[in-house]
Amino acid sequence: MKKLRANPALSSLLMVSPLAAVLLIFLVLPIVLIVTVSFWRATEFSIIPAFELDNYAFLFGSPVTYTVFFNTFKYALITWACTLLIGFTVAYYLAFHIRTLTWQIALFLLCTIPFWTSNIIRMISWIPFLGRNGIANSTLMSWGVIDEPIEWLLFSDFAVILAFVHLYTLFMVVPIFNTMMRIDKSLIEAARDAGANGAQILWNVIIPLTKPGIMIGTIFVVTLVMGDFITVRFMSGSQSANVGRLISNDIALLQYPSASATAIILLLTVLMTIAILLRFVDIRKEL
Amino acid sequence: MSNQDLELVSVTKRYGATVAVDAINYRFKSDSYTCLLGPSGCGKSSTLRMIAGHESISDGSIVLDGRDISHLPPAQRGTAMMFQNYALFPHLSVLDNVAFSLKMKGTDTAKRHAEAREMLALVDLTDLADRLPDQLSGGQQQRVALARALITRPQVLLLDEPLSALDPFLRIRMRCELRKLQKELGISFIHVTHGQDEALALADEIIVMNNAVIEQSGPARDVFNAPQTKFVAQFMGGHNVVALPDGHFAIRADAVSVTAPTQGAVEGSVTAVEYQGTHVSVSARITGDQEVLALIPDTTFFANPYNPGDRIGLHWDASNQHKLIA
Repeated sequence: MKKLRANPALSSLLMVSPLAAVLLIFLVLPIVLIVTVSFWRATEFSIIPAFELDNYAFLFGSPVTYTVFFNTFKYALITWACTLLIGFTVAYYLAFHIRTLTWQIALFLLCTIPFWTSNIIRMISWIPFLGRNGIANSTLMSWGVIDEPIEWLLFSDFAVILAFVHLYTLFMVVPIFNTMMRIDKSLIEAARDAGANGAQILWNVIIPLTKPGIMIGTIFVVTLVMGDFITVRFMSGSQSANVGRLISNDIALLQYPSASATAIILLLTVLMTIAILLRFVDIRKEL
Repeated sequence: MSNQDLELVSVTKRYGATVAVDAINYRFKSDSYTCLLGPSGCGKSSTLRMIAGHESISDGSIVLDGRDISHLPPAQRGTAMMFQNYALFPHLSVLDNVAFSLKMKGTDTAKRHAEAREMLALVDLTDLADRLPDQLSGGQQQRVALARALITRPQVLLLDEPLSALDPFLRIRMRCELRKLQKELGISFIHVTHGQDEALALADEIIVMNNAVIEQSGPARDVFNAPQTKFVAQFMGGHNVVALPDGHFAIRADAVSVTAPTQGAVEGSVTAVEYQGTHVSVSARITGDQEVLALIPDTTFFANPYNPGDRIGLHWDASNQHKLIA
């Protein structure tokens, strides 16, 4: 034991090893497996270990891939814009307009209530609301706003994005609220003392200081939306597809090599997106 | 010139049922350095923040230069505030921090940067213009805050405990600079502090506040030399508060001399002797179980020393005996 303590290199190695082991087994190993499988050969009835680029060639050769990736980015971008707008507003209101900490915490917990049920249930609960004879359409018709039901409310891109925004806005609220709470209130007084009006304070002080929180929220939302498949399937009524659905279809057809190749490309795409985002803002201060 | 004064007319601040500032009246002289002095919670900061416009006033009015500024937004009052922790914008360079108020006014970049550089030259920070605030020392940050407040060309600069975040050595240096700057600029400084030495060193006029009201105000020397209340005498320090047959009196400790037991105004026994370098402090217990402190020049003391337990007489001139009204 004494010897162990005397050797700082060994003891720090031992301290790191549990986390290293967890990451190795649950992160690195699966990815290595997926990468390996993505080079295997698949036929209708068999999967053969091999090293060939057929899966990737097929992926990049198919026009479906590009449409699906475009769709994925489209969902990510629109969802990001909506969640940012709503998330920033909610966080701003909580952080700067609610005066007491008790109320801030109470209202913040209120925002988390939807998370007490599962994603699927929250998603499905939109269906009776948005459907052809659903609550939204019948209400609008009874008000005389529309004469016949709006078709695009359910099983459309609108429904998909609505569900995404509903599911993921909290991931934007939390980091932004957290960053905003750390802004020294005297900075806002100092800005007001220097003659800044509300909009100028927002633009020149609050937004620049909230950037790291916005960036963390952005990473959450973008990765969640880009990796999702179930929301797209349910809310588009299987009429739209994103990369996640492409992979899940391959898996359903037991086309594991093809699914792996798509997954690797999606992983690289998401990593590149995050790398680009991180060029803009230094989030290290926040961690 | 006299209508450039800042005047408080029964200014009151209430938070619910508690009164933080209770109908205070004061006329600040123009071009002077005034210290608002008092223990924490006495209402001095609230008063300053009301003058600045960061706290609404519950009653009364604030008049500057003949204008009622009580309800104007901070930037339109002709005041500028320097915050306790400086409140520099951490994402902006020193230059942009100083130029902030000009940017808000819509001054173009070249012009506002030139003006900000002028201000930085005034506080001797030209070389650090491109740094971020957290790359500066406490003293440098304070100068930036000062430059940022002064660029608005205020008639009155409000300083909220500006020296409390600095170490003792820097505090003394910065307070010289503040005083020098006030003289150079020829505007009024109003400085909130809880340190009486800081107030005495800096101020032309001192306002001592306690329990939401002004206890005493006037030229620094008058306030120190002739306290009117027990609170002021004790808060300023260096005073004995003695109950004599015709009332309470404040007597400066350094105005008390020690004599032979029968020759003084009062007689007492020495309880403690402390050597303090230039002075020796002698505590004595007199009739009525009161403690009196005498500060005696060290040469005088060592020519004729006393020890605890000795009987001595204490003497002071009648002119040094100030009657306390409360």
